[in-house]
Amino acid sequence: MKQLALSDEILLTVEKPARYIGNEINSIKKPLDEVKIRFAMCFPDVYEIGMSHLGIQILYDMFNKRKDIFCERVYSPWPDLHKILKEQKIPLFALESQDAVREFDFLGITLQYEMCYTNVIQILDLSQIPLFAKDRMDGDLFVIGGGPCAYNPEPLADFFDLFYIGEGETSYDALFDLYVEWKSSGESRREFLRRAAGIAGIYVPSLYQAAYHSDGTIADFSPVENGVPKKVEKQVVRELSDAVYPEKPLVPFLQATQDRAVLEIQRGCIRGCRFCQAGMIYRPTREKDVETLKKYAYLMLKNTGYDEISLSSLSSSDYSGLKELVSYLIEEFYGQGVNISLPSLRIDAFSLDVMEKVQDIKKSSLTFAPEAGSQRLRDVINKGLTEEVILEGASRAFAGGWQKVKLYFMLGLPTETKEDRQAIAKLADRIAKCYYEIPKEKRNGKCQITISSSFFVPKPFTPFQWAPMYEKEHYLNCAKTVNEAVKGQLNKKSIRYNWHEADVTVLEGILARGDRKLSAVILRAYEKGCMFDAWSDFFNYDAWIEAFEETGVDPGFYTVRERPLDEILPWDFIDSGVTKEFLKREYAHALEGVVTKNCRQQCSGCGAGKYQGGVCIENTG
Amino acid sequence: MRIRVKFRKYGAMKFIGHLDMMRYFQRAIRRAQIDIAYSEGFHPHPLMSFAAPLGVGITSDGEYFDISVHSTDTSEVSLTRLNEAMAEGVEVTSYRRLSDSDKKAMSAVAAADYELTFRENYEVPQIDYEAALVSFFEERDEILITKKTKKSEKTIDLKKLVYAFRIEQKEGRPSFYLKVCAGSEDNVKPELVLREFLEFHGLSFSPVSVQVHRIDVYANINGALKSLGEIGEAIE
Repeated sequence: MKQLALSDEILLTVEKPARYIGNEINSIKKPLDEVKIRFAMCFPDVYEIGMSHLGIQILYDMFNKRKDIFCERVYSPWPDLHKILKEQKIPLFALESQDAVREFDFLGITLQYEMCYTNVIQILDLSQIPLFAKDRMDGDLFVIGGGPCAYNPEPLADFFDLFYIGEGETSYDALFDLYVEWKSSGESRREFLRRAAGIAGIYVPSLYQAAYHSDGTIADFSPVENGVPKKVEKQVVRELSDAVYPEKPLVPFLQATQDRAVLEIQRGCIRGCRFCQAGMIYRPTREKDVETLKKYAYLMLKNTGYDEISLSSLSSSDYSGLKELVSYLIEEFYGQGVNISLPSLRIDAFSLDVMEKVQDIKKSSLTFAPEAGSQRLRDVINKGLTEEVILEGASRAFAGGWQKVKLYFMLGLPTETKEDRQAIAKLADRIAKCYYEIPKEKRNGKCQITISSSFFVPKPFTPFQWAPMYEKEHYLNCAKTVNEAVKGQLNKKSIRYNWHEADVTVLEGILARGDRKLSAVILRAYEKGCMFDAWSDFFNYDAWIEAFEETGVDPGFYTVRERPLDEILPWDFIDSGVTKEFLKREYAHALEGVVTKNCRQQCSGCGAGKYQGGVCIENTG
Repeated sequence: MRIRVKFRKYGAMKFIGHLDMMRYFQRAIRRAQIDIAYSEGFHPHPLMSFAAPLGVGITSDGEYFDISVHSTDTSEVSLTRLNEAMAEGVEVTSYRRLSDSDKKAMSAVAAADYELTFRENYEVPQIDYEAALVSFFEERDEILITKKTKKSEKTIDLKKLVYAFRIEQKEGRPSFYLKVCAGSEDNVKPELVLREFLEFHGLSFSPVSVQVHRIDVYANINGALKSLGEIGEAIE
């Protein structure tokens, strides 16, 4: 048995030592003398969160299928261990071999949300490698980033040698082949980066340079050398059913946030909600074949021993094989003690029928995400859900015995008025009214309607990428308006309202649409002790504000400012598939309240058609 | 039909806590395709109950749980399949059918054997352990100590609850062997006994300096202690 990186004394001192020992079921071990590339795959948050992430499981499986690569995992040490590693100068290690990360060839970090950026610095710092890419020398590993936040990598550009833009299944092989060849060639580190920049989807920040206007906006962004492509093209798997997928996913000892088998049924979304980055960057919508999914469901359950399986995708109700797949899962596995955990589905006769079979109606709740309270604002954001559909779904569910409803909204949306906010409370009240219209003897006490609201953060590659954000106080006032409106409703006793923090929203907004100038702020925030910013217990807004002040960066430049349509945006060098013309058109339609049809109803010419996959070629065969 | 499973826990697996071990075995049993029975309801759970929880950091050669099954293969086949489903650091060593009259593992627990050793990087107090043991244990009629729990304090007599205590020298370092009362009432933690012993002789005790190893767990069958692993019979 391998030697652990941490002593018994340390492991018995820290909370949940199982986070740091590896050895999980289906984890991979390889003899080091048979591999040419050692890859440390990192999710920069605590183990239980990182282990729940499907993307890493896919890449872990895919990389390790190559004989010449040993891919291992790294997660953020919890603050208790962080302190010990710093004090005792113990280098951060990967779980499988327990070897120091700095001995590896690559450190890959997935960027799933902006609030993990200080944790990225933590990983580099604890690994005892130079924080800035420019300071890394021959012999140092390469740090590569990926995931949705890599669609605007600029705030982290100074810390990474490379970014991978798009879906990992397509270009990693070419990158690894290049690396093996380069390593034996004895050429310089920069030469590898230069050649890597020629691979589709690979962005090497050090080979690009930004020039700024005096007002801080970008004057020019271009390669510093000839032969480096001006645009980096996001990567897309054309035929998802044929793509690699883990048959033997890792099974953690600790209870992970997602502690079940996860079956990805499709990628992308046909709906085109204008606030949603995932709905844009994962275009075109591609479905997996039902028979393939049945096979994977069987294999994953057999190889993990999980007693629960859940379906994963955006807008799962749009998956055309949903009925067949869910019926199969229930028939085949439900009797054997396997829970079928359903994604949030459109509430119709089918989903209610399925939910009745696999859930305890008294305990479970229905979820609607109207996102905006009024039909006018729902048209602005292109959320197709109408009040009629919500009320009909709720009535149907109430008649079937449900009494709990959850409603999700966003506040601070473009063009939003006080009336739109008050409409949230009115909608909740109408849903409650549906319940109380059921004869008293047929219902079971009161209904419970829970409204949750988050504050809208404009993201790159969405039609709202130019939209201004607001000051913290404005957001809190928005929430106050909703809260007061709820109290004024007839059925107020059946309605509960809770809202998210506002200061974390402001920071997320800054980082989401930031540029290279933010690297200094992120580093300063980390030096001030900021870590685990996604955890409300640890988030320290004041320290962040100090970091902005001390580095001379104005947060307002990134938030409250409305960006002109002709401004060069930090992420413009990425070709995400959707064209800027499409996004501009959609922004204009939003402001006019004009709805755009979903991809199956009518093609809106977003640009993703060039990939010739999924919904874009459904009708042409 | 009830089955008693015995397993060893060693290496890095000692850092996996009791609840996580239970979940680990629920999944391992599914992977090994043991025909376990489930409870009723919307969230059925496998019928499985553990004998005595093992603290984080402790290794063991004698861990037990009982399961209810609809049908079963032989002990040999079941053991092979279970061991194929194990992580490194857990080994299933016995799989036996219980009779209807056998008590559940959890309620049967009456005593446990432990070995305690100082970790390699800790200096061992140099005293005459044999003499020290006589004066601490053999010569006294009662050893009263105060046991603190979350809720209350309780005075217990170690003389009654420690059934055996001997010390062996291995490569110049003492190994402490203890047979103590175990179970839901009067459960004695072995490190508590070692602490009393060392402090009785004016030595200090640091919990992190000692590796605790559970050797086996016993039931009280008509006044005699019998290993939980010897109850029931092998399935041929």
